[in-house]
Amino acid sequence: MTTSAIDFTKNPLGTSTTMEDVFDAFELLDDWEDRYAFIIDLGKQLPPFPDSERNEKNYVHGCQSQVWLIHHYEADGKLFLLIDSDAIIVRGLAAIILVALNNHEPRELLAIDIDELFERLDLFRHISPTRGNGLRSMISKIRDIASTEAA
Amino acid sequence: MSTLSVAKITQPLFDVHAVRRDFPILSQQVNGKPLVYLDNGASSQRPEAVLQAMDSYYREMHSNVHRGAHTLADRATSAFEGARKKVQQFLNAPSAREIIWTRGATEAINLVANGLAPLLKPGDEILLSQMEHHANIVPWQMLAERTGARVLPIDVTPEGELDMDSFHSLLSERTRILAITHVSNALGTVNPVADMVAKAKAQGVITLVDGAQAVPHFQPDVQALGCDFYVFSAHKLFGPTGIGVLYGKAELLEAMPPWQGGGEMIERVSFAGTTYNTLPYKFEAGTPAIAEAVGLGAAIDYLATLDRDAMEAAENALLQRANELVTSVPGMTVIGTARHKVPLISFKIDGLHPSDIGTLLDQQGIAIRAGHHCAMPLMEYYGLPGTARASFAFYNTLEEVEQLFAALQKIQRLFT
Ligand SMILES: Cc1ncc(COP(=O)(O)O)c(C=O)c1O
Repeated sequence: MTTSAIDFTKNPLGTSTTMEDVFDAFELLDDWEDRYAFIIDLGKQLPPFPDSERNEKNYVHGCQSQVWLIHHYEADGKLFLLIDSDAIIVRGLAAIILVALNNHEPRELLAIDIDELFERLDLFRHISPTRGNGLRSMISKIRDIASTEAA
Repeated sequence: MSTLSVAKITQPLFDVHAVRRDFPILSQQVNGKPLVYLDNGASSQRPEAVLQAMDSYYREMHSNVHRGAHTLADRATSAFEGARKKVQQFLNAPSAREIIWTRGATEAINLVANGLAPLLKPGDEILLSQMEHHANIVPWQMLAERTGARVLPIDVTPEGELDMDSFHSLLSERTRILAITHVSNALGTVNPVADMVAKAKAQGVITLVDGAQAVPHFQPDVQALGCDFYVFSAHKLFGPTGIGVLYGKAELLEAMPPWQGGGEMIERVSFAGTTYNTLPYKFEAGTPAIAEAVGLGAAIDYLATLDRDAMEAAENALLQRANELVTSVPGMTVIGTARHKVPLISFKIDGLHPSDIGTLLDQQGIAIRAGHHCAMPLMEYYGLPGTARASFAFYNTLEEVEQLFAALQKIQRLFT
């Protein structure tokens, strides 16, 4: 797997915004509307996805919406991911995935239990294999990338 | 409309709240909200009567059918064949021999497509429509591949009706098969199948009607329709999964070769040669879905206890209310505005993906379907990745329609 030449690593997801921030926010937001408003806003922080990367290689299959995924491997060994989707909720959930997985070395990334994080946010059903919205395939694709880079 | 008897006038014709009590699954909470189930087009729910029929079948009479020399086998066989009789009456088919059990509408269409293979030659044409479910497209494409025949789709109008000019221009002396849906699962359109079948029959064309989305809303009469084949799945008709029906005219079924081989479908097996059983068993290899057949019979009995006209009027009222409320959601457009529709609305909302709508309705306890509805050619025609679809059943209430629209307004506020 090749890393994208386009630099999208200067973004808050997984750098200035951490999972702790997401957990704190969720604690304060007690109804679903506020939580989803937060998820939608987080999705707006995704850096723009380069049009040139919207190709078959980067397409994530198995989604109701169209989903693309690229990654960039930094010189310091940190992996950055970028996801795009035409569904707004999927973008928001993807942004949470990036908060959790961005800015780690591949080996560290592979050790992160994303299911547990989503469980804590009470969002697990969105990434469960039964939902069929492709977030599961997105996560496997990320893990494949990390495994390849770690090897 | 039936004439109202005096007794009926004194009580509500169709008491939806009483009917709902017959469906145990409906009285639950989902995501902390009362469930509003509007995904009936994908699969409807079962009344207590169906659950009990299947339960008591297993508790009291289960055995294999047609074979045993004992009392339970007799009971199971008579329950199983009794269910076939109920389906025959439900469809007004001339004979129970013409009712073949299948796994569902999909398998029924595959069975017919296989059986008709010997009749086709290169250059023959199979007419479908652009609004078919994949189940009524792919088996014909596979048949075309095998035989050299061609599959041609009848156009759809922007309103979501079948384009009759397109139908007439495609119907020709090369046409051998017409396979069309009675009701569109993605749009709710009720197609003029009786007319189309009559025109096709006049040219000697074999006709199949996909009734999967029709039977939950009205009772088809296969003799009045005049079609050669009619198919449906029990799970959309308030019955079990895993069973469906193929009605076929006896003379065609007789002419068709068996599809699967095995037990039940034979008269005599020998290595010198095997002879096949008579209809309907010729097409029912192996142990069938007995409890499911019994469950389907119970669903048909249950429906017979309801006043059909009143039920259809209640369903119409649901559709009408939904149509009235569309303007209360800015940016909402209904896809499919045919004159004659079952209570189903497929829609899009500007700026939202269907999956966003589905996810956020689910948060509010409302179940709909988001996606291409296994009708990709139709979605392509409309240039949409998919739609959100609310499909109603007779047990849905006007309040639920209103809840759907209130929930859509809420979603929209979230995005603006
Ligand atoms: C119009 C239509 N035809 C066929 C089918 C296939 O039914 P089944 O999956 O039960 O075989 C469906 C199911 O959605 C349908 O809506």
